[in-house]
Amino acid sequence: MTGLQRVNLALARLPTWPVYVVGLLPAFWAIWLGATGGLGVEPINALENRLGLLALQFLIAGLAVTPLRRWTGLNLIRFRRALGLVAMGHLTLHLAVWLLLDLRDWGLIWADILKRPYITVGMLAFALLLPLAATSSNRAIRRLGPQRWRRLHRLVYLAVPLGGLHFVMQSKGWQMEPLVYLAAILGLLALRFRSSRGRVAP
Amino acid sequence: AGLGTLAGAASAGAEDLTPNSWDEITSYNNFYEFGTGKDDPSRKAGALTTDPWTVEIGGLVERPGRYDLGDILAKVSIEDRLYRLRCVEAWSMVVPWQGFELADLLTIAGVQPSAKYVAFETLYRPEEMPGQQSRILDWPYVEGLRLDEAMHPLTIMATGLYGKPLPNQNGAPLRLVVPWKYGFKSIKSVVRLTLTEKQPPTSWNRYAPREYGFYANVNPTVDHPRWSQATERRIGGGFFAPRVPTLMFNGYGEEVAGLYAGMDLAARF
Repeated sequence: MTGLQRVNLALARLPTWPVYVVGLLPAFWAIWLGATGGLGVEPINALENRLGLLALQFLIAGLAVTPLRRWTGLNLIRFRRALGLVAMGHLTLHLAVWLLLDLRDWGLIWADILKRPYITVGMLAFALLLPLAATSSNRAIRRLGPQRWRRLHRLVYLAVPLGGLHFVMQSKGWQMEPLVYLAAILGLLALRFRSSRGRVAP
Repeated sequence: AGLGTLAGAASAGAEDLTPNSWDEITSYNNFYEFGTGKDDPSRKAGALTTDPWTVEIGGLVERPGRYDLGDILAKVSIEDRLYRLRCVEAWSMVVPWQGFELADLLTIAGVQPSAKYVAFETLYRPEEMPGQQSRILDWPYVEGLRLDEAMHPLTIMATGLYGKPLPNQNGAPLRLVVPWKYGFKSIKSVVRLTLTEKQPPTSWNRYAPREYGFYANVNPTVDHPRWSQATERRIGGGFFAPRVPTLMFNGYGEEVAGLYAGMDLAARF
């Protein structure tokens, strides 16, 4: 048995619930920091940005699972659902901070969603991810059937780049960090499409 | 004293003119020469050398040349000015500046009658200003005012904050403050003034003309393409402070609205 097989076997024995617990810690930590002055003098925006970035990081981690298995053999598939749901948790908090702490006014909120492209793009990404979160249970997979479930969950290939685009569009100037995130997302998608083409024509 | 009163009158609605704390004003800054993060300037500006400092005044002036900051300060009178600062990003502060009127500096150099604009330039010194090593903007940072805006008694060159020398992250040793315009007009660490006949280029306008105009007057009725300018968040309110309405000309309309009589402020934003 190779080292990698041993690692995969060990991973297969691990429970997945710690991913939820540990994964949501950064969100609570950020909220705690914001409430106690640890995020600087403008905590609302800082918290908004931090939660959004964490959501994107977990989405990217989820997106990396399949290429990682294909290219290195490391099998993290069992943890992918937890990564996705933790990302969705951060994303929901990101949205909640924007709605409840930042804008707090339905007029402003609607105006922003309709008039401001980066918010439209961000909301679209969130809306695309909602059905995926809603169908993340085993029961939902059974009910939809694996074929339809998989097709539905391909929405992630659209939602995550939109999230990266939202990050690029909201910053003042062409800043490096958001571009790196977007490039990472596009890179992971490219790997996936390359490998699926590879399967069609062996 | 008359001008002090003017600045006082400008603070109409003085009830909300409680200055932000020293920590707030010196830890939350936009000064891309040191990085794009709000805390980059306070973390990285310490290495900036601000003494000696000369200001080169040129273009359409009677006495062009390099003016030593010490010599300038010996000829002007420093006053306290408690001003609102409204960032184009929709946050705001109240800042107790010390400084002198830009008009006094222009008088020292002598403005020629043909001059219509003042162009400003920030120090370019990438070895001390790490943000200048990335090409996020075309360095050096440049700004500009119409001559009547520059000569307006509310327009000052600030040299201090809370009675102390201006910290580097706030634009030491000498920065412009134009309280009725978005913060990016108030160019920091100024090394050059040029009087011109034509409207000079300005950094953010050059970068994104659709988003940042030459005038950049605070105006709650003209939105930034990516966010509303109708409200702002006052720094220091914590998690639960609501946004407050943004005031036309940042609350200085009584003093400055006349400068723009007949101008379409939505077209020339």
